[in-house]
Amino acid sequence: MEHATRELAPILVHQVSYLWLIPAFPLLGSVINALFGWQFERAGKKKLVHVVAIGAMVCALAVAVRAFLQMYGMDAEHRFLQDTLWNLLTAGRLTVDLAFALDPLSMMMVLIITFIGTLIHVFSVGYMWDDVEAYWRFFTWLNLFVFSMLLLVMGDNFAVMFFGWEGVGLCSYGLISYYYKDKEKAVAGMKAFIANRFGDFGFIVGMLLLFWGLGGGWGAMLGARGAAYEPTGSMNTVASASTASESKALAPQVEVGEGKVVKIGPTLNFRELRDQVVIEKTGVMEHLKEQKLWGIGLLALIGVFLFVGAMGKSAQIPLYVWLPDAMAGPTPVSALIHAATMVTAGVYMVARLNFLFALAPSAMGWVALIGAVTAIFAASIGFFQYDIKKVLAYSTVSQLGFMFIGVGVGAYWAGTYHLLTHAFFKATLFLGSGSVILGCHHEQDMRKMGGLSKYMPVTRWTYLIACWAIAGFPWASGFYSKDEILWKAYTARHLELFGVATPWLGPVIYLVGIIAATGTAFYMFRSYYMTFSGTYRGGAGHHDEHDEDPHAALAAPHHATSAHPRDGAMHAIAKAQEEAAHVAHGHDAHGHAAHDDHAGHGHHGGTPHESPLSITFVLTVLAAGAVLVSLLGIPTAWTHAAPILEHWLEPVLVAEVPFAEKPQWMEFLFQAIGVGAGVVGWAAARALYKDDAQHEALEAFKQRFFAAWTVVYNKYYVDEAYQKVVLAPALAFARLMSWIDSNVIDWLVNAAGAVTRLVANFDGLIDKYLVDGAVTAVANLTLESGRGLRRFQTGRVQTYLYGIMAGALVLVLFNFVIR
Amino acid sequence: MHVSLAHFLVVGALLFCFGLVTVATRRNGVGVLMGVELILNAANLNLVAFNHYVVGGVSGQVFALFVIVLAAAEAAVGLAIVLAIFQTFKSIDVRAADALRE
Repeated sequence: MEHATRELAPILVHQVSYLWLIPAFPLLGSVINALFGWQFERAGKKKLVHVVAIGAMVCALAVAVRAFLQMYGMDAEHRFLQDTLWNLLTAGRLTVDLAFALDPLSMMMVLIITFIGTLIHVFSVGYMWDDVEAYWRFFTWLNLFVFSMLLLVMGDNFAVMFFGWEGVGLCSYGLISYYYKDKEKAVAGMKAFIANRFGDFGFIVGMLLLFWGLGGGWGAMLGARGAAYEPTGSMNTVASASTASESKALAPQVEVGEGKVVKIGPTLNFRELRDQVVIEKTGVMEHLKEQKLWGIGLLALIGVFLFVGAMGKSAQIPLYVWLPDAMAGPTPVSALIHAATMVTAGVYMVARLNFLFALAPSAMGWVALIGAVTAIFAASIGFFQYDIKKVLAYSTVSQLGFMFIGVGVGAYWAGTYHLLTHAFFKATLFLGSGSVILGCHHEQDMRKMGGLSKYMPVTRWTYLIACWAIAGFPWASGFYSKDEILWKAYTARHLELFGVATPWLGPVIYLVGIIAATGTAFYMFRSYYMTFSGTYRGGAGHHDEHDEDPHAALAAPHHATSAHPRDGAMHAIAKAQEEAAHVAHGHDAHGHAAHDDHAGHGHHGGTPHESPLSITFVLTVLAAGAVLVSLLGIPTAWTHAAPILEHWLEPVLVAEVPFAEKPQWMEFLFQAIGVGAGVVGWAAARALYKDDAQHEALEAFKQRFFAAWTVVYNKYYVDEAYQKVVLAPALAFARLMSWIDSNVIDWLVNAAGAVTRLVANFDGLIDKYLVDGAVTAVANLTLESGRGLRRFQTGRVQTYLYGIMAGALVLVLFNFVIR
Repeated sequence: MHVSLAHFLVVGALLFCFGLVTVATRRNGVGVLMGVELILNAANLNLVAFNHYVVGGVSGQVFALFVIVLAAAEAAVGLAIVLAIFQTFKSIDVRAADALRE
């Protein structure tokens, strides 16, 4: 579908003064809980902790809704609310403000974050109440995370966004390592943090390249770049300014008609960047397109580096490895951070900079390709996982891949829409799994579950609805977003890879995507049937078999190669700790009505139970949301009007990406294929896993392709590969450096010290004998001469008279002699 | 015997030398002042002699009269100094007044 060429004008800013409240409330909540939370708990007012946290979230949500209503009442072109707090930095033409901006895209993100964030806070009350760790610490981090995430999406410029970008990484680390006494979980936090650092490096590089490409530079480099870029004649002059207004006056501006001017040149501000790039009159777009760095188009390079940042934050190949491990955090954290919000930051960033990515087909092709590979790769790992949260983690990685296919092929609104629908259904799934884990007494292994639909009806139904959504069945939201993405991928013909046009890439990505979608339906329904159908497999004594390795029964020799025994052992330790914790604080401490029913049976041997109201309520709301958001994206083919969300995002997603025109029946056909893929995956899962089916075909398959199965089961040994390829060399290098440090560097330092001492001693000698000697000699000379001369000063006038007479005599004699 | 200018000058020179020797050798402060008077008078003699033999008129004599007056004033000041020295050092020996030595 070809976009009509739009005449683009600069964004009209509407200043409002309350936007800062949105991030301020969670920050305030976080600060209160950080400072006083432990006192609340000690004083027996544990409730106050979550009252503060949820109160902050509700306030933020209220302000966000207020902003939405204001924005909704405005014309589409005017939907840009800005709130500038203060100036952070002024240097030359560059000014960076602490400013928040809301346009339709960030408005959507803010609503997702505050709405789902609030719900997950409520859920956390039920989930974390019995926790023996510091309750207040959890809510402090959770609120702080929401604050950072809001900064990330609301930031008016790269600086504020980057602050949020780093902040969410930090909070993610703090929450994954929440049970920091368990070393495995602490390490998972570190892994997430370090993997994110790699991405952040790419983000910074991309950001600075963009800054440089726009004409920012450091004096000496200016001449090196072509001189063609002189739209106002004074682009490359370096001038100084100390205040924001001076800086504004320095910035070169271009008249773009109707009396409007656009500031051009290096900037970190999204609005200024967008204005100068999308308005052709400024000439910035041509300039950026022409620029090359090391023979590569600068725009492609910027796109790729920014995408590296997105890879880290949004868990794409090869930096996805941290996300599955991040499941070590409490389940609400997985739902909020590692499904609904933080991991979508990369998608958000690409959508925010859509006008830049659209200029670089190579970068787009790269993004879409990585997204597609990630989608199918992670989906295949999800097939054979037994930990319910791990399945969801790989599913998240896979779904993020879908989002990147969307934003990669240029269907920015579709990628963003998938972000929205995914936020709902994946939050439902994660919270559902949290409810299951709670109901099964902190059991995460799906082999120990089964038959839960009897015990947990609400959880079951919400989980099922979310499975429908993610599998892409009509009338549940995933269908609309996923099919839109795949359809756009199929019709994309403009993608390039490394500067080579690759019109085949779109259809290939479509094929990969549809296979991944089939896989998605399969593993999601697999998890559903393993968990909720059949009979309950948990119960007394199940801890004994906890260390069971899935290979052990099949092939003992493989036991040694598997990474699993270690995991099992770790798991057992964690289990034992949990058990101890539960025993320690007794069952009555639960305090929930829902728990009362198993007062009579032992905690671990007991039947599963439905979760408290705070959890089921949240699940219901989110599941309803997972269905209702589908209304926002009913495809054009059905209604002959742009989907509501596409229309809403139109002012932001200005990039014009050409898609091939295809007949409408084809779009319907592709939707049917999408549904078919979901059905195939569902049918396969149903046949293989429903009602505890121990299918012989499955076992036979496993036996037959045991090598392949092992590889997939062990997640393609990617972690081990990282261990060998990245970690081991890094550690070896570190050891080498340590050796060099202690032997070579220290030796050099010592040698330098010794030489310095030698020189100093020599210098001291010179000082002592030569310089001091000279000084003393002068003093002594003066003293001696004074001692000699003072005899002449007798104080007697007559002596002096002799002198006068002698002098006169000498003068007279001279007079005679000279004559 | 004709008295010429040379005779006066010789007498003047002798008077000057006597005065100088007196100033240089006398330990008595008053004696030193007397030597100074001799020197001044040697100069007066020369002034008068040159006026008579070389210049003519009365300017030399007048000049000599002024010198005599100044000498009287100088003697008064000198004697006052000698008195002050005596009061300070209980002596009019000029060697005693060597407080500025070293």
